[in-house]
Amino acid sequence: MRNILLAGVGGQGTVLASKLLAQAAMEQGKQARTAETIGMAQRGGCVVSHVRIGDGVCSPLIPHGAADVILGFEPAEAVRCLAYLKPDGVVVAAQKAIKPVTATLSGSAYEGTEMLDYLRRHVRQLIEVDGETICGQCGSAKVLNVALLGAAIGSGALELSLEQMEKTLEQRVPAKFLEMNRQALRLGVQSAQQQSK
Amino acid sequence: MKEKLLMGNEAIGLGALRAGVGFVAGYPGTPSTEILETVAKYRDAGTYVEWSVNEKAAMEAAAGAAYAGVRTMVTMKQVGLNVASDPLMSLSYIGIKGGMVVVVADDPGPISSQTEQDTRHFAEFAKLPVFDPSSPEEAYQMIGDAFALSEELQTPVLFRPTTRVCHGCVSLPLEEPEKRPAPEGFVKDTSRWVIFPKLTYQNHQKIEARNASLRKTFSEYRFNRLAGSGQKGIATGGVSYAYTKEALQLLGQEPKLLKVGTPHPFPEQLALRFLDGLDEVLVLEELDPVIERELVYLCGKYRLNVIIKGKLTGDMPNAGELSVEIAKMQLSRFLDLPISDESPKEAAPALPVRPPVLCAGCPHRASFYAVKQAKKGRKAVFSGDIGCYTLGNAAPLDMVDTCLCMGAGVTIAQGLHRVEPDAVNFAFIGDSTFFASGLTGVVNAVYNDADIVLIVLDNSTTAMTGHQPHPGTGKTMMGEITRKVSIPKILEGIGVSFVRRVNPLDLQAAKEAVQQAAAVKGVSAVIFESPCVALIKPAEVHTVENTACVGCKKCIRELGCPALVLENGKAKIEPDMCYGCGLCAQVCPVSAIRKRGDRE
Repeated sequence: MRNILLAGVGGQGTVLASKLLAQAAMEQGKQARTAETIGMAQRGGCVVSHVRIGDGVCSPLIPHGAADVILGFEPAEAVRCLAYLKPDGVVVAAQKAIKPVTATLSGSAYEGTEMLDYLRRHVRQLIEVDGETICGQCGSAKVLNVALLGAAIGSGALELSLEQMEKTLEQRVPAKFLEMNRQALRLGVQSAQQQSK
Repeated sequence: MKEKLLMGNEAIGLGALRAGVGFVAGYPGTPSTEILETVAKYRDAGTYVEWSVNEKAAMEAAAGAAYAGVRTMVTMKQVGLNVASDPLMSLSYIGIKGGMVVVVADDPGPISSQTEQDTRHFAEFAKLPVFDPSSPEEAYQMIGDAFALSEELQTPVLFRPTTRVCHGCVSLPLEEPEKRPAPEGFVKDTSRWVIFPKLTYQNHQKIEARNASLRKTFSEYRFNRLAGSGQKGIATGGVSYAYTKEALQLLGQEPKLLKVGTPHPFPEQLALRFLDGLDEVLVLEELDPVIERELVYLCGKYRLNVIIKGKLTGDMPNAGELSVEIAKMQLSRFLDLPISDESPKEAAPALPVRPPVLCAGCPHRASFYAVKQAKKGRKAVFSGDIGCYTLGNAAPLDMVDTCLCMGAGVTIAQGLHRVEPDAVNFAFIGDSTFFASGLTGVVNAVYNDADIVLIVLDNSTTAMTGHQPHPGTGKTMMGEITRKVSIPKILEGIGVSFVRRVNPLDLQAAKEAVQQAAAVKGVSAVIFESPCVALIKPAEVHTVENTACVGCKKCIRELGCPALVLENGKAKIEPDMCYGCGLCAQVCPVSAIRKRGDRE
């Protein structure tokens, strides 16, 4: 069984990423179950997707301490969900912070670095993803989700091959966006491989 | 058949199509919306589907179709049933012919709702059977059972999934559709279809007899189950069953377990077999203690010496969602197992709070800002309503003083006006909400000569629930182009003396329109017309001229747009988020914000 938690901010594409993961697992003949945040929270609030792959799953939500991988689309959102991580679980985190309007208004100093520091101290295997650079190379901010999926595949913790995810992308992503998503996926894989060296 | 990844709501929609549903109506509401959308997407020519103007209209239209012998489904969220309760209560006595399943999605938490009401209680109140699926795969099967029962008993049947069932996805094999006979058509029979006190009295007796017999029938129903053994029992139902099972797996326990899929009428004989030989029971359920009360009742009725623990005894939380963690903790206590401490060793740094906000470029921000500027210097109250624009309550706009239920803003403003006639009472309402239940409130204001300013936020869609068409959009759920119902013409027709349409993104014109409306005695209206940003391509992205920005932060402080951030003491616009609405450029006192192409 694999439990993967995706944590981000409404509008970052967590729902599509969780669908891609579940779809890819099913193509490999496995059972998949997901749970999404839909509704008011999608407007810039915290969103969490739970993806559970394999047999013997009952709850739609991952229990605390049971996630094999957390995909953090934003540093603070990764920290917010750490209670879900297994002691030896992997965290893949985008480095760029998204400052909430409340923080901008109050002039608070949230920049995300303190969150990354906390993750570095508390996560046994942390893969940081420079999403800004990857998105810049691919020409769209919308491919962050696929870049993170790539990094998670590169870590080996998903038990999912790059080839499988590429096949799933071909099925789910419209043709005109396919190439940029493929590129983001590979750049994600590379960034994980560089960090594990 | 090939397995597909399906959301619970898709499973319900597809399950209804498999059962041969011929007429589906509803009103959008999280977490129910995707059910009707699924029917619209996969239906064949024999199935009619509509977004109705509200839940009451949906249920009554479906009743008509069901009188004529078609299998019908009505979809809504839990608070929608409050709107549709008038037809539901009477339909319970009159009955139907072709089958009617009323799908009402409950929202424990609540995650996207005003209330934590429990539709299982509504079923008891309306004396109707209710199905409570514990997973998307069960929902797919159960919705077919609900249609069959409804048609057999000629009564509406309630079907109550909760958010985690609605929005959970599973891989599911789909089955072949049932072959349905052609509907018989409406057969006139006033002794059957016209509700009168005498008929109600007769049918009331039949309903009570039927429900008593269903308590036996449901004891054999395939989704009501008994498992395990021991002197301590666990009773549960709905998605709480999934949490309970997973928690029991983690604890390595297999106590006697009752799983209830039909909370009303309650499977009495099955529950008696469960209670037999038990000392204590812990009930795990979300929202109201429905199963718990039934078990307490049975213990009294049969003089059973079993202690029933749950919400009523303070052993389970009264409010909010359940989870595997809560289930595990309470089950450990109940089963006398050691409780493990799972708190982290080092506290995390202070996490930024992230409440939902109006999107960057959202025209509602401009509308609220224009009203806020226009009313300066006068006492004003802003009655809000249900939709994305409820988010206008957040700082820095702070433009929603009340929010109660669909359409209530218009009428609350009238009550406030009677007590404080000197204040300006603004009532904000979205286009879809206006049609759903705002219209009657405006008629009330005109008739009773209330002094209010109605602000219609017309973004050409039902935005919060994911952009459904409504009477003002000129499109139906059958994919047809239809006549647009005009909000300004309605208001003029009702007798609103001042009606002005304006683009809120033109700040000066918007402010002037509001000022003029506020000067009118009686009911006046400003209709802010600008489409939801999710429906349009972004206009040209704006940018802050760094050398021109004086760092006054007025744009940030007054607008609260998520695309505006502070960098090194100056404003900056995140280009990926900006929709080019241009509101910030109109607010900047030193004209430092421009379209990206307009550099000097």
